[in-house]
Amino acid sequence: MQTESVKQKCEHFLRDLNTQLHEFYIQFRAIHIDPLERKWIAVSLLVVGLLVSIIVIDAFFHGINPPGKVETVDSDSLHLNKEFAEDNLGVQVDGKGAIIIRMVAGRYSFFPKHIDVPSETPLTFRWVSMDVLHGVHIPMTNMSTMIVPGYVAEITTTFPKPGEYPMLCNEYCGLGHNHMWSNISVIAKEDWTAPVKSLAKGGSNNE
Amino acid sequence: MNDAATRKLALSHLWVAFIAFILACFMGVYQVLERSGFISALDSPSVYFASVSTHGVLMAFVLTIFFIMGFGYTIAASSLKQPVWNMPLAWGGFWLALTGVIMAAIPLLAGKASVLYTFYPPIVAPAAFYIGATLLVVGSWVWCVIMLVMFSQWKQANPGQAVPLAMFATAMNVLLWLWTSAGVALEVLFQLIPLSLGWIDTVDAGLSRTLFAWTLHPIVYFWLIPAYTAFYVFVPKQAGSFVFSDEMARLAFIVLAVFSLPIGFHHLYMDPEQAKGWKLLHGIGTFMVALPTLVTGFAVIASLEIAGRLRGGKGLFGWIGSLPWTNSMVLAVILSLLMLIFGGFGGIVNASYAMNAMIHNTAWVPGHFHLIFAGTTVIMYFAIAYYLWPILVKKPLFSSSMALVQLWTWFIGMSILTTPWHILGLLGQPRRVSSVVYNNLLTLSWQPYELMMIVGGLVLLGSACLFIYNLAKTQLNPSSEAIDQHIEYAEPIHAAESVPEWLNDLKLWNKVIAVLMFISFGYPILQFFIMDTYGSSPWGF
Ligand code: HEM
Ligand SMILES: [Cu+2]
Ligand SMILES: [Cu+2]
Repeated sequence: MQTESVKQKCEHFLRDLNTQLHEFYIQFRAIHIDPLERKWIAVSLLVVGLLVSIIVIDAFFHGINPPGKVETVDSDSLHLNKEFAEDNLGVQVDGKGAIIIRMVAGRYSFFPKHIDVPSETPLTFRWVSMDVLHGVHIPMTNMSTMIVPGYVAEITTTFPKPGEYPMLCNEYCGLGHNHMWSNISVIAKEDWTAPVKSLAKGGSNNE
Repeated sequence: MNDAATRKLALSHLWVAFIAFILACFMGVYQVLERSGFISALDSPSVYFASVSTHGVLMAFVLTIFFIMGFGYTIAASSLKQPVWNMPLAWGGFWLALTGVIMAAIPLLAGKASVLYTFYPPIVAPAAFYIGATLLVVGSWVWCVIMLVMFSQWKQANPGQAVPLAMFATAMNVLLWLWTSAGVALEVLFQLIPLSLGWIDTVDAGLSRTLFAWTLHPIVYFWLIPAYTAFYVFVPKQAGSFVFSDEMARLAFIVLAVFSLPIGFHHLYMDPEQAKGWKLLHGIGTFMVALPTLVTGFAVIASLEIAGRLRGGKGLFGWIGSLPWTNSMVLAVILSLLMLIFGGFGGIVNASYAMNAMIHNTAWVPGHFHLIFAGTTVIMYFAIAYYLWPILVKKPLFSSSMALVQLWTWFIGMSILTTPWHILGLLGQPRRVSSVVYNNLLTLSWQPYELMMIVGGLVLLGSACLFIYNLAKTQLNPSSEAIDQHIEYAEPIHAAESVPEWLNDLKLWNKVIAVLMFISFGYPILQFFIMDTYGSSPWGF
C-alpha cells in the first residue's frame, strides 16, 4: 500500500514536470529572435562549445588538470610530522626513481631556501604551510599553487630550461610578504645528481 | 521623477558611493607610486597594505553597494511609477550600511585591519572590521526586501503585464545578490567573527576559501548588471534607437544571474582543498557565462548600428562615425565595450586553467580586473550619474564637455595603467607586493612598466576629480531655475505586451539556482565535515 502511493506520487510528479517542461519549450520557441541574432547566438555557442571541449579533452585525455588532491595535514604541529620534519625536506628520489620535493612555507621564507633540480624531468612538489595562507610561483613557469594551511598542495611539473629561478610568494601573508622568496636552480638533466641523503632515507612516510 | 523623497534617498546613496570612490582613487595613486620604489621615502609595507585594504574595500564594496542601491531605488520608482515602498525602512538600510562602513573604516585606516578586501584567514582582523562589513551587507539586504516588495506589488496591480525591462533586470540583480552574499555571510558569521572574538580557537582555511569563492565570482556580475541595464534601457534611447529585443534582454539577465553563481571555483584552480573534478565542472560553467555577455554585446552594437543608420550613416562601418559621440551615455558605452573586448580576452586566459597557472596571483590579475571593473563597469557608473544628476537635482549638468573629457581620460588612463600591469604579470611580478626586493635580474625588467603605471594612475586621478567636480557644481549651482526632466526608457523594436511568466518573475529561477548551487557546492562544502581536517590558529599580520 505504502510503496504504491509513493510510486504514484513519483509518477504524478514526473508527469507534471514533463508537461511543464513541454510548455516551457513551446513558450521558449515562441520568443521572437531576429535571424541575425540567431546566427550570432549559434556562433557564440560554437565558440564556447569549442573552448569547453578543449578543457574537457585536456582533462580526460591529456591529463591536464589543476592541482587538487584534497590531502589534509596539521599545519599547527608540523614539527611533529615525520614527512615534513626539517631533515626530510628538499629533493629526494623515491624507490621508483620519481623525484619528490618537500617544501615548507612559513612567514617569510620557503624552506629549504635553495634547491637544485634537474631540467626536463617530472618533479613532484609537496608544499605545506606552517602558519597562514601563502602561494608560490616560479615566474615564467607553471609551477604555481596556493599553500593553504591544513592541506598538502601537491603539483607535478617539468622545467624545460636550465637556469636560476626565483620562487616567489604570491599571496599576501602579512607585512613581510614582499620578502618571502627563495631560489631554485634548474640544472641540465645530465649534470644533475640526486642528493645523497635521499638514498639513505629512501622515500617518504614509511619509517 | 517628481517625488522629492525618492530623489533625496537616491542622491544620498550615490554620494556615499562617489565619495568612497574619490578617496580610494587618491589611495590608488599612492599605491602605484609606493610599489614602484622610485620614491624611497614612501616605502612602507604597513602603510601600503593599510591603503590597499582600504582602497579594495571602498571600491569593491562601498562604491558598488551604495551605487547599486541608489540606482535600484531610482529605477524602481521611475519605471514602476510608484514611490519607494516604506521610506523609513529604506533610510534604516542606508544608515545601517553607512554605520557598517564607518565601523570597518576605523580599524582599516588605523592600519589594524590590513587583511585586504578578501580577508583570507587564518590572518585575522579586529572584530569591528568584520562586524562593520556585515552591517554593510545587512543594509543592502534591506534594499533587496524593498525592491522585491515593489516588484511584486506592481505585478499584483498589473496582472498579465510585462514588468518594465529595467525593473526586471534590477530584480534579477537582487536575486543574484541575495544568493551571492550568502557565501561570505556564512564565512563571516560562523568563522571570522567567532575567531576574532576568541569564541573559537581554530578555523578551517580551506572551508573559508570555498565559501569566499561562492561569493567572489557572482559579485562581479552584481557590479556589472547596472552597466548592462544601462546598455539595454538607456543607451538605445540616447543614441536615438531601440532595444533590439526585449525578450532576449530578459533572457540574458536570467542566464547571467543563474550561471554566474555555481562557478566560483575558478578562483580555486590552484588550491589544494578542492578536487579537480569540481574545478572542471565550475570551469565549464565559467565558459557558459560568457554567453549572456556575447548576446548583450550583440544587442548593444545592433542598437547602435540602427541609431547610426537612422542618422544617415552608410556603408559597413560608416554608421559608427555618425553616432552621437558627444552624448556622454553613447561615448561611455563605446569605450566600455572596447575595454570589455580586451578584458574578455584576458578573461579567457584566466578561465583556462592551463594558462591560468602562468598568471595566477601575478600582477596580471589586478591589471585584468581594473580593466574590466574599474574600466568597463565604472565608466558606465559615470555615464549613469551624468544622466541621472540633472533629473535628481533638477538642474542642468554643469558642463557636458567636461563630462566627455572625463570619460575619454578615464579610458586613456585605464589603458595606460592596465597594459603594463598585464605585462608585469607575464614577467612574473606577484600581485599585492609593496616593493620589489627579490634580488634577481628579472626584476630589473619590471621598472619601465612601473613608471607607465604611475602615469596611468595620475591621468585617472585627474579624471576622477573632474567627475566629482562636475557633479558637485551641478548640484550646488545656485542660479538656474528648476528643470523638470524624466528618465526616458528605450522602447523595444517589437513591444512585448505579454511575456511568459518565466520571463517576468523570479520564482522559477530561484529554484533553478538552488538546484545548481546544491550540485556545485553541496559536496564540496560537506566534505569539510566528513573528512579529518585540521583547523589553523589565528595569526596577526
Ligand atoms: C586612480 C585609479 C586607480 C589606481 C591608480 C589604482 C591602483 C591600484 C593598486 C596599485 C592596487 C594594489 C594592487 C596590488 O597590490 O596588487 C589596487 C588595488 C585594488 N583596486 Fe585599484 N586603482 C584605481 C582605481 C580603482 C577602481 C576605480 C577600482 C574599482 C572600482 C579599483 C579596485 C581595486 C581593488 C578591488 C583592489 C584590491 C586588489 C587586491 O586586494 O588585490 N581600483 N588598485
Ligand atoms: Cu606571502
Ligand atoms: Cu570569478
